[in-house]
Amino acid sequence: MSDSIITLLKENVIQGRMTQDDEGIDESLTGPGVVELTGQALDSGISPKIIISEGLTAGMEVVGEKFNAKEYYVPDMLASAEAVSAAMDILKPLLEASDITTKGKFAIVTVKGDIHDIGKNIVAILLKGAGYEVEDLGIDVSTEKIVDYVKEKKPQYLGLSALLTTTMLEMGEVVEALQKAGLRDSVKVLIGGAAVSKEFALKIGADAYCADGFEAVKVLESFQAV
Amino acid sequence: MPRKGIVIKDPYERLTGEQIETIHKTSLELLYDPGLLCFNKRAAEIFARAGADVSPVPSADPPQWTVKIPEKLVTDTLEGAPKTVILGARNPKNSLVMNGEEPRVYFVSGSETNIWLDVNFETYVKKSDENTELIIPEFTPRRGTVLDLCRSAHVAEHLESLDGFIRNVNIQDPNITGENKDVNKFFASLNNTTKHVMAGLTSLSQLDNVVTMAHLIAGGKDAFKTNPIISFITCLVKSPLQFVDDTTEAFIEMCERGIPVVVSSSPQAGTTAPITEVGILAQINAEVLAGITLGQLVNRGTPLIYGTVPVKTRIDTLEDSYGSIETSQYNIDCAQLSRFYKLPNYSTSGVSDAKIPGQQSTMERLFSDIVVTMSGPQFLHCAYGLLDCNSVFCLLQAVLDDAHFQMIKFFLKPPRIDETEIHETLRQVRKVFETPQKLYIGYLRKVMRSGAISPLYPFEGAGKTDDVFRLAYERMNELLAKPVEHIDDGTTKKIFDTIPGLLPWLNRYEKGRKQ
Repeated sequence: MSDSIITLLKENVIQGRMTQDDEGIDESLTGPGVVELTGQALDSGISPKIIISEGLTAGMEVVGEKFNAKEYYVPDMLASAEAVSAAMDILKPLLEASDITTKGKFAIVTVKGDIHDIGKNIVAILLKGAGYEVEDLGIDVSTEKIVDYVKEKKPQYLGLSALLTTTMLEMGEVVEALQKAGLRDSVKVLIGGAAVSKEFALKIGADAYCADGFEAVKVLESFQAV
Repeated sequence: MPRKGIVIKDPYERLTGEQIETIHKTSLELLYDPGLLCFNKRAAEIFARAGADVSPVPSADPPQWTVKIPEKLVTDTLEGAPKTVILGARNPKNSLVMNGEEPRVYFVSGSETNIWLDVNFETYVKKSDENTELIIPEFTPRRGTVLDLCRSAHVAEHLESLDGFIRNVNIQDPNITGENKDVNKFFASLNNTTKHVMAGLTSLSQLDNVVTMAHLIAGGKDAFKTNPIISFITCLVKSPLQFVDDTTEAFIEMCERGIPVVVSSSPQAGTTAPITEVGILAQINAEVLAGITLGQLVNRGTPLIYGTVPVKTRIDTLEDSYGSIETSQYNIDCAQLSRFYKLPNYSTSGVSDAKIPGQQSTMERLFSDIVVTMSGPQFLHCAYGLLDCNSVFCLLQAVLDDAHFQMIKFFLKPPRIDETEIHETLRQVRKVFETPQKLYIGYLRKVMRSGAISPLYPFEGAGKTDDVFRLAYERMNELLAKPVEHIDDGTTKKIFDTIPGLLPWLNRYEKGRKQ
């Protein structure tokens, strides 16, 4: 029973079916999706650790392989990540009560003056699907508010997003404000968005530039490896 | 079920109804005054018997006749011309059904090119930085061979957007003669594609051998009648207004046998036709109508296609300028004229003045391919792989062309707006509106594998360099490696036992290719 739920959970992650109402790539796959199966797994007494490692993470590994083989496209990856993200929301209270930790807390935000958020939202989904605890602070967020958040919630990672050449300058302001507040060493700052570049990241003193969500996952993995 | 082609809703037309009538009347006037100069005795006799004013040109060598065709003879005869022409195929699913009133476009290859362009990739090193290399294609021209034609038909079989095959390589091997050319080009084509095969006839003496070959493949004379797997293209009228002797003779023989034929005329505006739009239209229309009239007089009801290959002259060399804007305009007008007569139309697009694949070639061919397709010709010779007007064929270019014809086909799909779509739209918007990310990506997944949204350009590279040629070359080799359904062994044996002049290795093309 436990095995079959976990197998189904993994398969539904691969198919990107968050709930029973969603269609996967294989249209013949119906029944409970990742959300329902996560609930069933918990009801059956399966530990969150097993649900994550053998169901969610194992499924995402297959998705990653299919993506690298160009069998899957970005929307497939996102659907699976979104499904995993929903499962993680269910598991979060149990994780907090146990000794199981996430890969880290990641705050993501579109800086002041900028309201663009498609890229930010996609990055958030992918990171959540990759096992990070993601807090989305929203759009057009002031530097002061960002600094306050870092001070209070102590995320290990901060992702700054901007689409415009005018608003990207705000990223430098954030890094500088973190420095002034004595918080710069406590958080890794990653930047992304159409206007920015690796050179710009270096210039403003950010820790990394990420061209897209996939690169963000890789960069974070490199940080973890250190 | 025949191939679907692409049906053009509200074809793009440049001429008003009044302008069409004017051109029609002007063409009829031309057919009587000055009439046509006819170098073929049988045609002159056929026209004379039908009531045309035919008179020999005094002291002419070779003999020739002036043929003045009265308006009524043309209009009465046109009524007998079939409005629907079927071009069959070895695989009947590849047959083409063309109705003169329905703007259903089929994309077809052509023409007979003398030069085959080989492609090789070379690596160049940057002078100022030896670590920087660039891989670029080099194109080498040479005379086309039977093996090249086999390869071309082989790839044509696998090009998704290609509906029919007009042989596009002039086979010039040392052992190909005027006598055995026809049988070899038809067998090389038919054995490597299951799509319809069309070609010109080099020697009238080979007509029956080619037709016998087609009968054997189609399953007999009657089977060929319902599924004519081959057809011919003829330019019996040389511009301006001259019936050529040998091609007219061949045309008469083809019509007697009831084989589908394209009656084609290819005037050049500025040299063999007036430079004005109305001028070349009035003349090309007269020339094609003269041919169709002759064909129907030979065998009323024989399937004929209104074929037009008008082209503007280049002002620098007086050669053809297929890449010119006017050439596209003429072809669009001709599709409209053909529709006026309710006859299926053979039109031309995509022929480029460029010598090799590249930006000029892409710009010229894509421009004319889009606009001429939108005019709704039924049988569009769209120059897959052709370069340097009609003289060069490059298989790599044909693969590139297939990709952009798939785009054109996709572009011309009608929009879908119905109750189901509206219901689904409302459902999606309301559902997404409730989510934190407000993204429709989940719904994108549902359609992205269904063919409902256009695919990515297949030759897009991953880096900053332009990899189109390299990727298209890889695709070309993939297609050449894919098997094709050859003519079965029993029929092949019968063909080789019955038809003289076939190259002995031709039934083993795949092995021949590897040698």
